[in-house]
Amino acid sequence: MTAYLKLDHIDKIFTRGAATTEVLKDINLTIEKGEYVSIIGHSGCGKSTLLNIIAGLTNASTGGVLLEEREVNSPGPDRAVVFQNHSLLPWLTVYENVRLGVDKVFARTKTRAERDAWVMHNLNLVQMAHARDKRPSEISGGMKQRVGIARALAMEPKVLLLDEPFGALDALTRAHLQDSVMALHQKLGNTILMITHDVDEAVLLSDRIVMMTNGPSARIGEVLEVPLARPRKRLELATNATYLKCRQRVLEFLYERHRFVEAA
Amino acid sequence: MAMNMPATKLDVETAKPVGAAAPVVAMTPKRPPRSEAYARMARETAVRVIPPLVVIALLTLVWELVCRRAGSALPPPSKVFKDTKELIFDPFFDHGGIDKGLFWHLSASLQRVALGYSISAIAGIALGVLVGQSVWAMRGLDPLFQVLRTIPPLAWLPLSLAAFRDGQPSAIFVIFITSIWPIIINTAVGIRNIPQDYRNVAAVVQLNPLEFFAKIMIPAAAPYIFTGLRIGIGLSWLAIIAAEMLIGGVGIGFFIWDAWNSSHISEIILALFYVGIVGFVLDRVIAGLGKIVTRGTAQN
Repeated sequence: MTAYLKLDHIDKIFTRGAATTEVLKDINLTIEKGEYVSIIGHSGCGKSTLLNIIAGLTNASTGGVLLEEREVNSPGPDRAVVFQNHSLLPWLTVYENVRLGVDKVFARTKTRAERDAWVMHNLNLVQMAHARDKRPSEISGGMKQRVGIARALAMEPKVLLLDEPFGALDALTRAHLQDSVMALHQKLGNTILMITHDVDEAVLLSDRIVMMTNGPSARIGEVLEVPLARPRKRLELATNATYLKCRQRVLEFLYERHRFVEAA
Repeated sequence: MAMNMPATKLDVETAKPVGAAAPVVAMTPKRPPRSEAYARMARETAVRVIPPLVVIALLTLVWELVCRRAGSALPPPSKVFKDTKELIFDPFFDHGGIDKGLFWHLSASLQRVALGYSISAIAGIALGVLVGQSVWAMRGLDPLFQVLRTIPPLAWLPLSLAAFRDGQPSAIFVIFITSIWPIIINTAVGIRNIPQDYRNVAAVVQLNPLEFFAKIMIPAAAPYIFTGLRIGIGLSWLAIIAAEMLIGGVGIGFFIWDAWNSSHISEIILALFYVGIVGFVLDRVIAGLGKIVTRGTAQN
């Protein structure tokens, strides 16, 4: 059990004027190489803040993030993020959006032709090669998110960070994309950390589910192993006893022990 | 037996529409004939072109009727045309000095605008980026801009004449100082409104400041920048006419002033017509340029 990504006693306190809010308290988590870990919790529990800390977009107030035993506290392509609202640059084509990251990361290690081939390879992985010259406004929401995934994958990140990647999609597209991400994880063996608020999605995709308590001062309430063999099939799992038991555990945590009071 | 009934019935019901639907999908949609498309295009053009033509014709008629009486202060359109026929049909003559065709006057004015406006576009975008990007620059410079931008263009002219001691650079300076404010302010707003998402993308990809400027900032702020540029070109054209009236020399502004001094009222009217058309074309050019450059940026 080697720690590939380690979250070490992370606290996060936001200060606005004289008021301080403690968002995250004492977050400890160790993720192995190739693992798929989901972080689930009610909205406002600070899970996106946690992802931003790992990505280096915000800094932890105390504690830190260790990737392969080295502290990271600024953003970089080794922790590529797939943003919730795709965040493709609307003035660039699909190809150029992916190429932007590739050009930076492989500026010295790959020739122009190799970079071009690498962009197309990654677009092929997400089945978006056909839309290479389209602009983001010309493709559907699911397609945009696929391109977002291709952009992140093309940077060859050590950890792929997914920030509610399927949140803005309709149910059918979401299922389709979840299957794609599962297949990619199977094929490439990436280490993936995903933020989600969808119980089924967490159980279906993850090796472990990290459940967060409600904020302020959100902690890790419980970590659940999902002992389901891969590759997983959505339809077969619907009646699988282990799947249902895992699902039950997460639901109990979220809706009985840590009900979201303000929403009630 | 009775329990099986609904099941078989269901099978039959679901099987039928699938078979029936296939040939419908294969049919090609009917295309309207080509002549119909042309007719529709002609109709659409007519709808847009006829109303302004009718209005112009009516206004000209009213003008003609009002000004035709003997002793009226302003000439009717028929007289304007008669008086200025030479100027209309030969815009390229050059008799030396300021006795030139209207083409030369307009081109002299446009050259001044081109120079002054180019300087103000470059300086305005640069300052706008600075003010939009840095909180301290905004706090320091914004109050100054807000006061300076309210100064009327011509109020700058004596000062610039004193500084440059020559008409040409003074006119260019007046254009510059008039058109720079909307460019600065709009660019700054555009920079401040760059979505955090784009900044995050740039941070993850690790763009350096120069790449961030060229690849994220300018395209993201382009719609705002072009709004400023469009207001700026309009103001430049306003300022040059007024400035030229005072500095003299070749230029459409002084042409108008000269015509007034020689009581050639028809020439003033013709010049005004040209000034309006050129201003309109300048505005359209910048708008069109903006449309091309911001393609894809505005809609997301």
